[in-house]
Amino acid sequence: MAKIIVVTSGKGGVGKTTTAASFATGLAMRGNKTIVIDFDVGLRNLDLIMGCERRVVFDFINVIQGEANLKQAMIRDKRVENLYILAASQTRDKDALALEGVERTLNKLAEDFDYIVCDSPAGIETGAIMAMYFADEALVVTNPEVSSVRDSDRVLGMLSSKTKRAKEGADPVKEHLVVTRYAANRVGKGEMLSLSDINDILGIPLLGVIPESETVLNASNSGMPVALENNADAGHAYLDMVARFLGENRPMRFTEAKKGFLDRLMGR
Amino acid sequence: MGWLDVFRSEKKGSAQHAKERLQLVVAHRRSGHDDQPAYFPQLQQDLLAVLRKYVQVGDDAVQMEIEREGDLEVLELNITLPDSKH
Repeated sequence: MAKIIVVTSGKGGVGKTTTAASFATGLAMRGNKTIVIDFDVGLRNLDLIMGCERRVVFDFINVIQGEANLKQAMIRDKRVENLYILAASQTRDKDALALEGVERTLNKLAEDFDYIVCDSPAGIETGAIMAMYFADEALVVTNPEVSSVRDSDRVLGMLSSKTKRAKEGADPVKEHLVVTRYAANRVGKGEMLSLSDINDILGIPLLGVIPESETVLNASNSGMPVALENNADAGHAYLDMVARFLGENRPMRFTEAKKGFLDRLMGR
Repeated sequence: MGWLDVFRSEKKGSAQHAKERLQLVVAHRRSGHDDQPAYFPQLQQDLLAVLRKYVQVGDDAVQMEIEREGDLEVLELNITLPDSKH
């Protein structure tokens, strides 16, 4: 039986799709059969981040509406074994997603996969609720910035009231905090919320910290999940995050400012 | 403290300010007040205005709660009248 994980945030532009792509890639690299699904109907982007935009023939909506079967719509990643992508539709509107159709598709996938990663759209409307509804666990992606933290809190409220687990009174969705675009040097200067600040405010366990990095933009330019970038802090941070998710104990990295020559001289 | 600390700014970072503001808004949401319908504050003011045509009441005389059970929503109104003098 597959585990369903939603990658969500409320606010847009915080790194949901980047995180979903790298998280799914990392899970697959560790030998887990994984599919990542784009729930952002009308504004699809996961295919671009995963570099398979030219291979999309059928999408998630086609499957839900019976116009294609799953085998036709799933795109197998060419770089990582065990990794599949299900793109969102670009032409339909978000009302094309219906709970019952989503459930049918997820149940079918669950027979065959270890992990189903749902990349949520921004906002708190239908699409976001669909993406989280069937989740067992949630990655709440947050930037160290006031509007993102507040929106994450709002999403935590939805996870505990609008999901299937909440409605059926089952064990709650397991929540994980993922802090992205973390600039340790600015935190050191007191200009940016620190990990412990965010933790104090949101009160959910931290799964990973992804440092602010030029690699993320470069990787997206070429359709490469950051987790596949061997020489980048952000890539390593994503792989660490996956390892922690799978139960390994790995200390957080990239959380201290790099010390420059002047800092050393001044004994900072 | 190193001798070069004199050159460092003593100003408290803006992050502390951000944290304090966020703790307030998050506490507010988690207390459930964010779950109220948007018309709630106005309805409360209107009810107070009607009441005041007949009795003198304070600003906190009208307490309102929404209770949700499944598809059912119950609006609970609690109006406290001042002690009447016979």
